[in-house]
Amino acid sequence: MAHEEDALEHERASWKPSPGLAVAVPDPVQNPGLPPHRARTTDKDPAAMKRAVRTVYTLFYLSLAGSIWAIAAYMLFPIESGRIIDIRHNNLFIGLGIALALFAIGVGAIHWSKAIMSDKEFIEPRHATRGRDTTREAAVEAFREANEESGFGRRAVIRNSLIAALVASVAPGIVLFRGLAPESSEEHPIAGDPVALLSHTMWKKGMRLAHDPSGEPIRAADLTLGSAVHVIPQPLAELSHHEGYLEEKAKAIVLLMRLLPEQLPAEHNNLEWAYDGIVAYSKVCTHVGCPVALYEQQTHHLLCPCHQSQFDVSRSAAVIFGPAARPLPQLPITVDDEGYLIAQDDFHEPVGPSFWERH
Amino acid sequence: MSTATVHQTDTEKTQPEKPLGGRFVAGAANYIDERTSISGFVKELGRKIFPDHWSFMLGEIALWSFVVVLLSGTFLTFFFQASMVETHYEGAYLPMVGVEMSAALDSTLRISFDIRGGLLVRQIHHWAALVFVAGIGVHMLRVFFTGAFRKPRELNWVIGFVLFILAMGEGFTGYSLPDDLLSGNGLRIIDGMIKGIPLIGTWTSFLLFGGEFPGTDIVGRLYVLHILLLPAILVALLAVHLMLMIVNKHTQFAGPGRTNSNVVGYPMMPVYMSKMGGFFFITFGVIVLIASLFTINPIWNYGPYDPSPVSAGTQPDWYIGFADGALRLVPPHLEFVLFDRTWSFNILIPLAGLGIFIVLVMLYPFIEAWITGDKREHHIAQRPRHAPTRTAIGVAGVIFYAVLWAAASSDIIATHFHLTMEGVIHTLQALLILGPIFGYFITKRIALALQKKDREIALHGYESGRIVRLPGGEYIEVHQPVDEYELVKLVDFETNAPLVVRPDDRGRIAWHQNLRSSISRWFFEDRLVPLTQADIDEARAHQHHTLEHIDAEETAEIQGAHERAGVPDAPLHPIDDGHHGETANRPSNVIIPDDDGDTKKPKKPKGD
Repeated sequence: MAHEEDALEHERASWKPSPGLAVAVPDPVQNPGLPPHRARTTDKDPAAMKRAVRTVYTLFYLSLAGSIWAIAAYMLFPIESGRIIDIRHNNLFIGLGIALALFAIGVGAIHWSKAIMSDKEFIEPRHATRGRDTTREAAVEAFREANEESGFGRRAVIRNSLIAALVASVAPGIVLFRGLAPESSEEHPIAGDPVALLSHTMWKKGMRLAHDPSGEPIRAADLTLGSAVHVIPQPLAELSHHEGYLEEKAKAIVLLMRLLPEQLPAEHNNLEWAYDGIVAYSKVCTHVGCPVALYEQQTHHLLCPCHQSQFDVSRSAAVIFGPAARPLPQLPITVDDEGYLIAQDDFHEPVGPSFWERH
Repeated sequence: MSTATVHQTDTEKTQPEKPLGGRFVAGAANYIDERTSISGFVKELGRKIFPDHWSFMLGEIALWSFVVVLLSGTFLTFFFQASMVETHYEGAYLPMVGVEMSAALDSTLRISFDIRGGLLVRQIHHWAALVFVAGIGVHMLRVFFTGAFRKPRELNWVIGFVLFILAMGEGFTGYSLPDDLLSGNGLRIIDGMIKGIPLIGTWTSFLLFGGEFPGTDIVGRLYVLHILLLPAILVALLAVHLMLMIVNKHTQFAGPGRTNSNVVGYPMMPVYMSKMGGFFFITFGVIVLIASLFTINPIWNYGPYDPSPVSAGTQPDWYIGFADGALRLVPPHLEFVLFDRTWSFNILIPLAGLGIFIVLVMLYPFIEAWITGDKREHHIAQRPRHAPTRTAIGVAGVIFYAVLWAAASSDIIATHFHLTMEGVIHTLQALLILGPIFGYFITKRIALALQKKDREIALHGYESGRIVRLPGGEYIEVHQPVDEYELVKLVDFETNAPLVVRPDDRGRIAWHQNLRSSISRWFFEDRLVPLTQADIDEARAHQHHTLEHIDAEETAEIQGAHERAGVPDAPLHPIDDGHHGETANRPSNVIIPDDDGDTKKPKKPKGD
């Protein structure tokens, strides 16, 4: 509306912006201009003004009290005992003091501006954002002269080779970032190969299944029907963090479940990988890698708590609901001479979320 | 700015004996100005006028909570150790003593339990971050629904959008720093998502984590992003955002005396200095109050990251919810092996969906500008009802976002309301598609209905709520006319006509012209005939006429009563109920029909 009111339009003779599809109303409703100023109570009544002034400085003094209280609370409520209640008190009372100190300043300042400062409205004209024609011409002229003097537009070879050099100069910087991840070495032949790393876990033939996190080995006979046990490879418990405990654990975690042997029909299960109704599946979700930690004993479904993918243990952990697409990889297990559960082998496919090179 | 002018204005304004603020202040001001010519700056900005409206304060919430984030975060950096070196916790919190954890979690626990007020600052930082992103969100909604992104503010919309993305990035990187169980699980999900990206996914994850997940590098790397790179970009863009706001001047709502070519409001000094400064302290104070009363992210309950355990029902910070929800709502079995490579569409579809959604949000100003072809500057913030299609699109987008957001809590919804997990997911999947569609149509109708209501009010006054029986026995609801200052807030001063395609010089119609034409027909469908001053005058005249008619009837009635009573010459006292200028009202239909092909000419409203 009312674009014709642009005070500086004559300075922008070349500028006639198109209204596009907008159609101005031929006989628009008249704008009556600013309404008459309405005096506030504080303008009319000196007592009210006095009250407002009092309110504002009271709030500022209240803020002062809040700050002093916060400092006092810092000393009055120590936390060195380590008890939760002391920490709560420390948090609460320092916090309340600071909150009061800040809040009172804010309310005081805003009350000051609303009740005491002049509430007369001012009108400021707007000017088109676009520069004046003369300014724009001068800017174009500056570029033209610079171009003329440097030959930037004319000497294409110089210009293009400069652009090429600038682009190329970024490349070494990008290459340096290869150092973000380790390279392979003689000691660690696959340390620099993510695909190889993702394709193997620390499970090996004969490695005992152990409780997570104690490392206690598990006897098949001790496993009750319907139970689900969180399992790690026995040697993992011995690893320290700097030896890759978390990285190995992130791949090797397994959920061990015992069902009735007839609940594992042969047409849906590889019974050679199970032992007497005991099956072991990777606990890493094939969706984005959360631990699939919730086992529903009655339906023998596994549920991932992150995105609700569900897997049916009686059918080789096939996906029955949710965003995951692949069944959980199965760890082939058997028992050793002493009756402890052991792995027959590593997983036969990469565990965890899908990745591009996986096939 | 020469110093001579400053001296002149100084002496003009103040008594020569005593300069403003005293000799010391004047001396200091002179010292600074002679070295910076800052007086020009003060002259430009000191009395700059800003319009007033409560919704203009939403952006300030974002701005001030960001300042709180910066202050509290700086305090935390003095104590936090961004390292994944393994230590055994020996601090004050007994249940964790002796537990093996990274230095990051150890120092976070020490901030919480061994430093007085440390927990408070940690909670201030986290709450302020949540308020920051929320503040940006509501500010963006305000700008969108009032059309304040139109020329010349499109670029500032894009900058604001980038700030929103950066704020979410800051939030996520910060959430991951303590290296506790929950943040580790969040990183695990990010790792899984990155690995699902074709071609570069595996290596991106490998480089990001410095080897296999979780590695020992990620906290340190996220820390650099969190306290250096992202804040530096954020602060720089924030400065540009505010500078452009000053250059463009703030939008204002239509009203008496408020036009597209002026700004009506209060000066920066002293009113806004006091109001904005005060609002900073209120924002800060409220955040501190929340932080002292409500626990957030109690990492001491979660313990260090371990890939094995996960607690059911955990939630990300609220602003990440929509992304997590998208991962949950994707239909099953969307992963294929093609050309010997794995295509994880169960991850790519949510990523692409969110990507398209946010890019559309970013590009919306340009899309609307292309449809309308309007190249003029717009400084009037529209009421949402005056742009029904845009408002409807906005509501559809909000519903889309809200459903994704709700989906991030699908398990909690299921357990709290005793529903099946599958039922909740399937319902949300349906809502994700249907919700925006219904929301679009309902909002458009509501916006048009509100416009019609405004029109009725402008023409026939507002419903006073009084039912009056006329002398003849007729009951009417009386309407009181709206005063002229209110009136300008109700009417829209412009209308739009859909594009009529015309062949160009060579007699052809370009395909994009046809497209624009059909989109513009959809965009401006069912618009109302704008009110003119003539309509208003006519309605007023009609109102007077009706009132006179009622008056005449009343007089006749009273005269009749006098005559029946045998005193025809008794003085006539008209009934005075204290309410004047009230008339009955009947609704009218004012939608412009587009079907007759003659779309250029707005028709006279029927039934007025």
